[in-house]
Amino acid sequence: MEAEIQEFRDHISRYPPFDGLSDELLDEVAGAVEIAYFKAGTTIAERDGPVRALSYIRSGAVEVYRHNGQLSNRLGEGDIFGQLDLLRDRQVRYPVQAIEDTLIYLIPKPVFDHLCAEDEEFADFVELSGSSRLKSTVEQSQRNNDMIATPVRRLISRLPVMIEESATVQEAARLMTEHDVSSVLLIRPGDEEESDRVFADADGRPWLLTGMITDKDLRQRIVAEGLSTQTPLSSISHGWLIAIQSSESVNEAMLTMLRNNIQRLPILHRRRPVGVVYLSDIVRYETNNSVYLVNNIFNRTSVKALARLTPEVRASFLRMVDEGANSRMIGAAMTSVGRSLMRRLVELAEAELGPPPVPYCFMVHGSLARNDQSITTDQDNAMVLHDAFEPERHGDYFKALARFVSDGLNACGYPYCKGGIMATNDNWRQPLARWKAYFRDWIAKPDPQRLLHSSIFFDLEAVHGEERFVEELQDLIATQAKASPRFLAALARNALGRTPPLGFFRTFVLEQDGRHNNAINLKRRGIAPLNDVIRVHALGVGSRAQNSFERLDEISQAGALPAGQTDKLSYTLEFLSIVRMRHQAQEIKNDHEPDNAIQPEHVSDSERHNLKEAFQILSNAQSFLRFRYPSPGR
Amino acid sequence: MLLRRKTRQAAPSWADYFARQTQACKTPALKHLYAAGLPTEDSPIGEVPLVALDFETTGLNPREHAIVSIGLVPFDLRVIRPAAGRYWVVKPPRPLRAESIAIHRITHSEVEHAPPITAILDELLAALAGRLVVVHYRNIERPFLEAAVLANRGERCLFPVIDTMELEARWERQGRLAGLKRLFGRQPPSIRLAASRARYGLPHYSSHHAKVDAIATAELFQAQMARHFRPDTPVSDLWI
Repeated sequence: MEAEIQEFRDHISRYPPFDGLSDELLDEVAGAVEIAYFKAGTTIAERDGPVRALSYIRSGAVEVYRHNGQLSNRLGEGDIFGQLDLLRDRQVRYPVQAIEDTLIYLIPKPVFDHLCAEDEEFADFVELSGSSRLKSTVEQSQRNNDMIATPVRRLISRLPVMIEESATVQEAARLMTEHDVSSVLLIRPGDEEESDRVFADADGRPWLLTGMITDKDLRQRIVAEGLSTQTPLSSISHGWLIAIQSSESVNEAMLTMLRNNIQRLPILHRRRPVGVVYLSDIVRYETNNSVYLVNNIFNRTSVKALARLTPEVRASFLRMVDEGANSRMIGAAMTSVGRSLMRRLVELAEAELGPPPVPYCFMVHGSLARNDQSITTDQDNAMVLHDAFEPERHGDYFKALARFVSDGLNACGYPYCKGGIMATNDNWRQPLARWKAYFRDWIAKPDPQRLLHSSIFFDLEAVHGEERFVEELQDLIATQAKASPRFLAALARNALGRTPPLGFFRTFVLEQDGRHNNAINLKRRGIAPLNDVIRVHALGVGSRAQNSFERLDEISQAGALPAGQTDKLSYTLEFLSIVRMRHQAQEIKNDHEPDNAIQPEHVSDSERHNLKEAFQILSNAQSFLRFRYPSPGR
Repeated sequence: MLLRRKTRQAAPSWADYFARQTQACKTPALKHLYAAGLPTEDSPIGEVPLVALDFETTGLNPREHAIVSIGLVPFDLRVIRPAAGRYWVVKPPRPLRAESIAIHRITHSEVEHAPPITAILDELLAALAGRLVVVHYRNIERPFLEAAVLANRGERCLFPVIDTMELEARWERQGRLAGLKRLFGRQPPSIRLAASRARYGLPHYSSHHAKVDAIATAELFQAQMARHFRPDTPVSDLWI
């Protein structure tokens, strides 16, 4: 095979739908590739222009628009576009623009047609992608996301670096430095009879794969031993090598690494090394979706530029809902976006105002602290200052800092907190000692009325600055709350204040809610009370966790609830959260501001049944809480 | 205007040279190359058929060293066509020296079985005919090809080329900003192929294979044109 075909093929074969193609079809695609370059900002496909080839993004990023000019999708390396127009034999329907410098591999229509005819899975993939058959798409992408079904070659990001084992360790170190890798594969000229490790290179020459040398080997076997840099690699090679086939699953790759206690695994296509996968690649694979967006956030240099990312945040949310991610994944991703935005705003503020006069920590409460943010949320934040803080000398700085961040968040789609829980509020911008006094006071003298307003502070997480300030507060809460039955009882009473919308005969009790007549507020009547219940139990067992699912795990480990209860609550929280997120996604698609109000008539029978079930479980959990933490004097 | 005409008379244009060579050359492949002609100096680059060319050689000196492999790929500003490209390994007149065989590259045995360059020269010249040649670092491809043709056909082979390295140097090594940077002790940026490509967001390719490098050069040229020029830029602004 010619070298450039191998080059194209190695890349293309890592991405769907090509990753499932037979070797013969892959070779055909790679052999037919044509190439075109587009500068950032230029149009790649103009509406009603001709479509002669399937476009595959080799590097860079593009945006696809709807006819009304709205952003429809953002695609990056390994993604394809143009397939629907090719299938329908029509002109460009969705214009495409390069948003980064982009290199496109064009797969000519005859080859595309051949792939569709020869490979059913390929045909299904291109037929379904972007069409309205959402359900199948969700199932498809779930399959693609599945570590058991995904071939490990999808994680390979570059070709392996190889060196002859007769070379010296210095040459290896130089090669590793030049390619910026932490390992090289060792080879020696092979001959045909030798083992199953013989492979042919681009020019048809046989090589034998004999081992791998890593940074660690150079340190341990050369530098620590005081050996010469001219030592040949063959003399420090382990003589053994664990590798797996590129078609094995990601899961299998991970198990192989764990079983053998190794961090990197050479990947073979038949017998040819095609890459090295790192354990960290697998971890990253799981959280890939929002990474791009987060990177983008840290590149922005003004509040205005950050605010322009709001549609992308929404698009990323929609994509995750459509791809069938669960609420924990979506919540974690949206939280990381929210926290990144906030961190960037603080950086911009510090750049404008100068460095802080005393150390401090910006902290968040509510969903950002619980790691379960959805698409719409108020800002809840506060500031913990170093005890050396002097109001006359330093007060103006932190007030200005809080104002900058709060205004910035508002501009980015996180409206001001109606309850005033923001660092702009003088009460919530205090030295560490004062915060400790606040919490001690709330725990020791729990006036339910006061707690109702301040219980929001009991979910807390650092966002920027001295994280240990917030950790000290978390420690204080974890140790003191569980030793204060009166406090837990007061918190429990607050947690019973919001009842699920169920009538006596298990019918929904609906509320008149603004424009939504006969609606149920999923957040107020379901998710928030559930979070409240879970928080009381978590504080009761001295948990430091902030996320409700993690709290449930710790509650379960501590044996604080009857067997099976925590599982039920976990399932209920997941169900209510994902229904809310899907509802919000639908609202966005219908060009409405997303909210939390769903109308029971508009949900399917089975979903309505599940909703009632979920609310019933919440109701039972509240009853149990009343029993477990009875209010004194009742 | 008058001045320009004078200079042209003093140094004959590429067109004049091609016309003369078409008459003078005896080798059919060379005659054909020159007869296929050149775009006029004011032809817009966006309309000119191009070919990216890359050699792997045993060293840097065309009088001592020789070509071991040749890759080329036809393209224009819209699209690059690898499948229409060519790749040859050729046997140099002198045996390979050990130090020129780098890791995982062309080796003795492979070269032993390859044809000498004279066997593929006509095919090579035919593939270049009618296209403007684009290379990265002209001081390899131009003198080595000229030396090979002169040695094997006894005639000269010269034509204008576009050098992506020279283009890169225009922005990275010259101009006031680059001068200022140098004044403040900043290292000038590398204008080698891989480093230049990285500046345009082009992916990393495994290098030192003549055809892959030819494709890489073609991509770099498309990127340079997209960023710094327009499709109607006359070729005379670009070729050397």
